This record gives sequence, C-alpha cells and structure tokens, in this order.
Amino acid sequence: MRALIKSEGRWITAAAALSLAVLLLGVVGLGRNPALVLRLMVSRVLLSPYGLGQTLYKTTTLIFTGLACALAFRCGLFNIGAEGQVYAGGFLMTAVGLALPGLPAVLLIPLLLVVSALGGGLWALLPGYLKAKRGAHEVITTMMMNFIALALTNYLVMARFHVPETIHTQELPAAASLPLAGAFARTFQGSAVNASLLVALALAAAVWYFLWRTPLGFELRAVGANPEAARSSGVPVESRLFLILVASGALAGLAGVNFILGYKHYFEQGFAAEEGFLGIAVALVAKNHPVGVVFAALLFALLSQAGLALNTVIPRELFEILQSAVIFIVVICQNRLGEKA
Amino acid sequence: MNFALQVLHVSGPYVLAALAGTFSELGGVINIALEGILLDGALAAVLAAYWTGSPWLGVLAGVAAGILTAALHAFACLRYEVDQVVSGLAVNFLAAGLCRFLLELVFGSSSNSLRVETVGSWGPLDPFLVLLLLLVLAAHWAVYKTSFGLRLRSVGEHPQAAATLGVPVLRMRLWGVLLSGALAGLGGAWMSLSQHQFTDGMSGGRGYIALAAVIIGGWTPLGAAAAALFFGAAEAAQIVLQTYGLRVPTQFVQMLPFALTLAAVGGLLGRRLPPAADGIPYSEEQD
Repeated sequence: MRALIKSEGRWITAAAALSLAVLLLGVVGLGRNPALVLRLMVSRVLLSPYGLGQTLYKTTTLIFTGLACALAFRCGLFNIGAEGQVYAGGFLMTAVGLALPGLPAVLLIPLLLVVSALGGGLWALLPGYLKAKRGAHEVITTMMMNFIALALTNYLVMARFHVPETIHTQELPAAASLPLAGAFARTFQGSAVNASLLVALALAAAVWYFLWRTPLGFELRAVGANPEAARSSGVPVESRLFLILVASGALAGLAGVNFILGYKHYFEQGFAAEEGFLGIAVALVAKNHPVGVVFAALLFALLSQAGLALNTVIPRELFEILQSAVIFIVVICQNRLGEKA
Repeated sequence: MNFALQVLHVSGPYVLAALAGTFSELGGVINIALEGILLDGALAAVLAAYWTGSPWLGVLAGVAAGILTAALHAFACLRYEVDQVVSGLAVNFLAAGLCRFLLELVFGSSSNSLRVETVGSWGPLDPFLVLLLLLVLAAHWAVYKTSFGLRLRSVGEHPQAAATLGVPVLRMRLWGVLLSGALAGLGGAWMSLSQHQFTDGMSGGRGYIALAAVIIGGWTPLGAAAAALFFGAAEAAQIVLQTYGLRVPTQFVQMLPFALTLAAVGGLLGRRLPPAADGIPYSEEQD
C-alpha cells in the first residue's frame, strides 16, 4: 500500500498542482479574485447538499462509462464507442420498459438493468466481430457506431416514440423508478443523485473482482499486457478480444440507468452529452483501475458541477477548458513521473 | 444555384478535412483532432474578419488557428508520446470549450457570433472552389511526385527504415500534422465565412466524417477527396429532396458515411490498408 501511494503520489501531486495552476491562471486572466473562486468552489459544490448531490449524480454516469473504457483499456482495446453504447442501452431499456407496463418493480428493475447492458453489448457486437475476424481497428469501428447510434435513436424517438413538442419518449411506468437519494437523506432533497450510484459502485467492485480474482480476468489482462505471449500460452486471443469489447459495451450500456431509471424516467435525444467520451478521460486518469475510476469520475463530475455553480462569477466554459487541460496534464505526468500501468 | 455547385459548396470543408486527415495519417499520426481544428479555424476566421473587416485575413487566421491547434496535437503526440487517439479527443474537447468561451467573451453569446462578410467572388468563380481544386491537385502531386511526399510516406510506413536512411522521422511527422492543421483550418474558415457567422458546435461531426473519408479513400488524397465529395453530395441531395417535399429522414443520410466506413474496414469494399506505422509512436532514442 505504501509503495502504491509513493509511486502514484508523485504524478498525482504534480498533475493536481499543474491543473490548479491552469485554473488560477484562467481566473486571474479574467480579472477575478482567485481566493473568492476557490472559496465558492468549496461552499457551492462540496459543502452545499444540492451541489454535492448533483456532483454525485454526474459521478454515477461517469463511473459506468469510465469502467467501460477502463475494462477495454486494461485488455489492450480502445473502446471510444461508450457514447453510442449508452444510447443503445438506454433506448432498448426504455422501449422494453414502455412495452411492459404491468410488471412489479422487483421484476421490472432487474430486467431493465439487464436489458440496458444487453443494448450496450449489442452495440459493441459488430466492432467486436470486426476486430476478431477482420482485424479492423476498434477505434474506427466504435467511433462509427457512436454516430450511427445517435442518428438511429434520434430517428426512432422522433418517428415513433416522442411525446409531441418534445424530444423525449413517454415516461416509464412508476415501477421502473430507482429511488432518489433525497427520499432517504433529507440533505440531498432536490438533487438528482439516486440509487444508480450504488449500482455503479457495486459494478466497480465487480469489475475489480473479475479482473484480479478470476481466471478469465487474468487471461484478459494477459491479452492486454502482451497478446502474443498470451496466444503462445494457449489463450484464444481473438475470441477474448470480442468478449472484452462486448463486456465493455454492456458496462457503458448501463450508464443510461442513472438518467432514465433514476432521474427523468424517459429517453431523451442526446441525453448522454459527451459522458461517453469523458469516460475515456476518467479511465485514463484512473490508470484503468476500477477503484481509481470512482475517484476520477468524482473529479470530472466536480469540475463540471463547479462550472455550473460558479457560472455567475466566471464562465463555465473555463471549467470545460480545464477538463481537457487535465487530460493532457495527467497523461503527460503519468508518462513522465508514474510507474507504468 | 445549380446542383453541382451546391454539392461542391457543401463538400468543401469535408474535402479539405479529408485531405488534412490523409496528410497526417500518411506520416503515421492519427488525427482525430480534425473536428476541433475545424472548429478553431471557423471561429478564428470569423473573429479576424469581424475585427479587421477583411474576410481574406479571416481565411488566413483560420489557417493559422488550424496550424496552432494541430501543433498542440503534435506536441502532445510527438514530444510527450501521448496516445494519439487520447490527444485528439482532448483537443476536440478543448476546442469546443475554448470556442464557447471566446464566443461568450467577444460576442456575449454562447450560441453565435455577429455577422461578418465572406470573400467576394472572382468574376464567375468562387475563390473557395478555385482554392479547393488547386489544393486537391497539389495534395496528390505533393504526396506522389515530390521527395517531401516520399519522405512523409516513409515515416508513416516504416519509421525505423526511414531513420536509417537519414529521414528525420519526428520532423516529417510534425510537418504532416501541421499541414493537416492548415488544411482543416481552411476548411473551418470556409465553413464559418460562407455562413457569415460562427455558431456553437458548427463543425457538427465533419471532422469525424472526414476521417471516414480518409479510410474509404484508402489513405490517398484523391480517394479521400472523392469520398468526401460523395458524402457532401449525399447531404446536398437530402437538402434538395426536402425542398421538393420528398422527406428522406435526415438521420439516415447522417448515418451513411459511418455505415459505409464500417463496410470498408470490414473488407466489403475491397482491401484497404492504413500506413503500417499509423498511430504507433516513434521515439528518437530507440534503436
């Protein structure tokens, strides 16, 4: 543990210091008081129950997409299709939920969780097949599937499913709702954080267990570390690559649960708004470790919530710029200062 | 305006971005940052045209902004060996945020700029179309008929061998990426100036479609340009059909480039191979 803290501590400290410097530079450049901005970041995001609730809500989605990307990265694959997989999973879940109005919650919610994972996995099926059988690069194929998912779900919503004058579907039956955290803890009332966070955390633990404690997980990591070595020790590399992409897609597919079952209860065009892409950033910062994913997701969620909460003082675009700066800073610090993942 | 001209107008930014992607990838650097370069080029063009009143200075500014954005990508990928896909995505994020930030700062709006003039026509000729034709031909010539092109392709194909022959690998890759930035920056300038304004997110996935065109075009300038022209034609056709009341759902036209690319990489459109060292970092120290 101490060795881990020491080896990871260096790049994390450097990256945090540089990121803070970029933020302060931007704040001073805009002629604002940096002390005020930092104080507001603490009081409006970390210490405000609403701000913290919203941050945790955003964290939830990013844990799903971050886990999806981290799992693929860990095994040597670059799934940049999380965005599309979120839409595929979310849409399929909504369609199934709307078709089954009578089911009780105990059946409906587990079913919809499975269906959303299926939808995401389905969307990674073709990239997985093309990777395994044709050697087609998954960056290209998953990216193309993103745009197809966005266009196709937009079409289906507008042509078949939308409530007139809106860009979203009908609401799912009430039995399909996951409880808001505000229902249990008064502090979170009014914010969107919901039971999906527990699903996300359980999934992070499951991914960790799978990768580090099961034989198949060991095989997959071996494929990621050195495919040729894995092949010569008898691992069927191609079929494992296929499996990884589909599993990664399934994890991403579950991300829609947070918005659809936990918050709005309908599918809306473009609801994932780049959270699939941010999943890549989350996985990178986390060095593809499931536990790291939880914290990295929290970091990006904090930055994006800070942007909203401080918009009256500084334009929230500054925080968008900061998010991308963090990606560069972290990757460079990891390359220069960290142990190899 | 007749249909052929309309196709050319719609296709212009696609074709330029596709040429841009081809140069970068021929040198061995994947350029997913095209989307961000288009966006930065588009905003810089409008800002310069707005401040100086000269659309031509706008075009220059667009090209310059494209080069600068590409330089960031090159700096991260070549100097620090950041993964090229990661760097490209981060550049796109940065560009989207930066453009909204500047839009807010300069025009006090998060959605669009004020109106600017576009470049005047040269008699019956549209300067953008003339430039486009010249650039497509020049790109083909540069890649296949000059020593620059040969060296660029050599560092994308087999950098170790090229280095043995004395080709400065990283410098050639840098040129490939910067040239890519200039072309896509011009594409961005065309996009915004021809609309007389910058609107948030106006690149609308064109950078990614251009990448698709690079693949379908088999990593050749003429092939990429032809594929980009085809995608532009599909978009123009859809606009025309709509004015005649024939409604092809927009979404299916939007899907077309991506579905075709899947078919292409799946081997349905014949075998196309990327440059052998495409996307693989090269460090000068290695033997």
